[in-house]
Amino acid sequence: MSPLSLIRHRDRLLQALVLVGLVSVWELSSRAGWVHPFLLPPPSDVLARLFADMQSGAVFVDLGLTLYRAVTGFVIAAVLAVPLGILMARRRGVQWFFDPLISIGFPMPKIAFVPIFILWFDIYDTSKVIMITFSCFFPIVTATYSGTSHIDKWPLWSARSLGASESELLREIILPLASPAILTGLQIALPVGMITTIVTEMLMGGSGVGGAMIAAGRFADSVGVFAGIIEIAILGMVVIRALDWLRARLLVWHPENRAH
Amino acid sequence: MAAGDMRSVAAVDGRGSLVAVVALCVRYLPVLIMLAVWELVGRSGLVSQQMLPGIGAIAAAFLDLLQSGELVVNAWRSLSRAATGLGLAVLVGMTVGLLMATRPLFRTLFNPLVRILYPMPKSALIPLVMIWFGLGDASKIFLIFLGCLLPVIVSAYNGARGVNPFIVWSATSLGASKEQVLREIILPAALPDILAGCRTALAFSFILMVSSEFVIAKDGLGFLIGSLGDGGNYPAMFAVILTVASTGFVADRLFGSFVSHRLRWKEQA
Repeated sequence: MSPLSLIRHRDRLLQALVLVGLVSVWELSSRAGWVHPFLLPPPSDVLARLFADMQSGAVFVDLGLTLYRAVTGFVIAAVLAVPLGILMARRRGVQWFFDPLISIGFPMPKIAFVPIFILWFDIYDTSKVIMITFSCFFPIVTATYSGTSHIDKWPLWSARSLGASESELLREIILPLASPAILTGLQIALPVGMITTIVTEMLMGGSGVGGAMIAAGRFADSVGVFAGIIEIAILGMVVIRALDWLRARLLVWHPENRAH
Repeated sequence: MAAGDMRSVAAVDGRGSLVAVVALCVRYLPVLIMLAVWELVGRSGLVSQQMLPGIGAIAAAFLDLLQSGELVVNAWRSLSRAATGLGLAVLVGMTVGLLMATRPLFRTLFNPLVRILYPMPKSALIPLVMIWFGLGDASKIFLIFLGCLLPVIVSAYNGARGVNPFIVWSATSLGASKEQVLREIILPAALPDILAGCRTALAFSFILMVSSEFVIAKDGLGFLIGSLGDGGNYPAMFAVILTVASTGFVADRLFGSFVSHRLRWKEQA
């Protein structure tokens, strides 16, 4: 083992120790009554609740529904926004029409439109998914548009002068060169989509982690609230890691992955 | 050459403003088209006026809300919460991020926390802040603070870590103290990243302000939207929603021009 990796392992170990220390202090302070257990229920109680919900299957129903809504909304947004972004960069007419609409829509807090979507599409999954799509759409289209319009002109010109058709140009040159920017857009949109999923679930009810948490909050079940926070933290981490992994897989050829 | 210069000067002086106005109209024509479509769909009776109130009705409701003072009071409540949470987050986040970048001890202490909290959708904390701080201001300020804190910490950390070490070494060898290195070198070099993080945080502050007011509040713009919607006063509900959306838009644009003013020393890419 080289000295450098020893230092790195020591740092990892220390960081793990910090976490263990924090959780122990939390457990102790709530058991000893320094903090009221209603405000900060001991982690062992929260874990016990998570375990019980896992055995009854409730956790998997809630997590599954939340994941299904978030992923559906996110994928629909990507399917709509990536082609639109590319078209905006390639066709002046499309750019003229959509650029002002998107540059106005992008910085707006989309979450404020939830009541309109409730009014139009009611409170069930359709409405939640449309809201998630709406909030993920803008970061993806903006990143795709800017990434596609900033790609290097030389490969484009060379390919065209070598007789590449428009579809070959798209598949062989534009998509690969714009893919880092497109993936960055997806990586920005995903956390936004998760936030939106949770808020729509809290507002519209129905199962799902957000709905379960707000119900627990209303019934003053703080153990349930903490269990929900842990579930959602794990779900958030998993989907973000999954997208990071996808990026590394899709961009193996890209210099950004050469360091590993 | 000289004639060309003269012509461009004349264009800026005289007809230039007219040209600029026309260009602006052409640029924002799609927005007008969308508004016209909105109005026509509502008038045609394809969709009920309840679902899609006309632009005139929304504008009238907006003026009513403005005159009654409801809009101003609630906007003040909301924006002061968002500003407090965001301001605290920027102060604390910059400090923590810079300390993490310059002191290994802080990095070891805070890194695990940041890594756990960063990917977590902060709106999940709404029920928790409700339990901790009740329905008043404190719960929403704390939520906005936490949500904005993480992007600021991470951007300050990344910005400070990305500083060219040669400049730091040169300054140190010329006798700069640790504080001087921080103030004169690391902070300016990390500023573009920090400001980008603050812009993300600004967007988060609006999202969390509105969503927390939807779920738990007695006043504020989110609460106003909810109560108008529950009362079936849809033109007013649309008016407040559009107010929130345009406030978010204007805040982002103002911050954007502040950033480009602050970073005008930077070479354009």
